[in-house]
Amino acid sequence: MRNCRDITLLISKELDNESTLSERFAVGLHVLMCSRCRNFQTQSKFISKAAHRFTEQLEDQSEKKL
Amino acid sequence: MTKNIAEQRLSEQVLAEHRPVLFRYALLQLRDHELADDAVQETLLAAWQAASNFEGKASLRSWLIGILKHKIADHWRRSVREVVTPELDQIDADKSAVDEDDFFTSNGEWHSGPSAWNDPEAALKQQEFWIIYETCQDNLPPQMAKVFMLRELVGLDADEVCRETGLSTANYWVTMHRARLRLRECLEIRWFNNPKPTKENHHA
Repeated sequence: MRNCRDITLLISKELDNESTLSERFAVGLHVLMCSRCRNFQTQSKFISKAAHRFTEQLEDQSEKKL
Repeated sequence: MTKNIAEQRLSEQVLAEHRPVLFRYALLQLRDHELADDAVQETLLAAWQAASNFEGKASLRSWLIGILKHKIADHWRRSVREVVTPELDQIDADKSAVDEDDFFTSNGEWHSGPSAWNDPEAALKQQEFWIIYETCQDNLPPQMAKVFMLRELVGLDADEVCRETGLSTANYWVTMHRARLRLRECLEIRWFNNPKPTKENHHA
C-alpha cells in the first residue's frame, strides 16, 4: 500500500497531467478514505489557480503603471 | 535554401505565439511591464534576425527563452541592481530528505495533515490574501521557487522546466511536490487557520 507521502507525490504529478492511469486509480482510491490527502488534492488545485491569478494580476498591475 | 526553411518556420506569426510565455518569464524576473516588453521585443527581433541559427534541435520556445535570458542579463549588467535570481544548483538529495520529514513521519504518514479550508474562493477576492500568497511564494527556497514559477506562473511544461533548470524529471517531480507542500502549509498557517475577525473592516 502506498502511504500519504507517496500519494501526495502522485497527486502533484496528476496536477501536471503526468500520471499514469494506475497512478490515478491509486490516488482516487486513497483519497476516498483519507481526508488529509483529499484536502491536499483540493488545496493543491486551488494553489495552481491562485498562481495563475497572481500572474494575471501582475500583468494587469504593471500595465496600469505605464 | 536552409535559410528559407528556417525563416518560414520562424514567421512573425509563429514567433508571436510565444510572446505571452516570454512576457511572463521576463515580467517575473524584471517586475516591470515596460522593461519586460522591451526585453521580449528585442528577443523576437534577435530571433528573427538569427533565424538561420535555429536548427530545430531544441524546441523553438527553449531557443527563444535562451535569447531572452541574455537580454535580461544585459539589462542587469546595464543597471546597478543586483541579479535577484541566482542560477539553479542541483537539488541536494540529503537536504531534500530532511525537508520531507517536516511533513511526514518515517512511515510516510502526515505529521499534522491538511485541514479543510473555509471558502478558499472568497480569499481570491481579498487584497490581504495576495500579500500572504506572495510572502509564501517568496519564502520557498530559491531553486524551488524558480521551478514552481516556471511551471505555474510562466506556464512552461515539465520538460521545458527541466531543460531550463538542469533538473532530472524525477527531481522535478520531487521539487514540485515539495513546493506544493510548503505553499499549502504556509497558506494554511498564515491565512486559513489564522483568525481574521476584523478582516471585513480593513478597507476602512
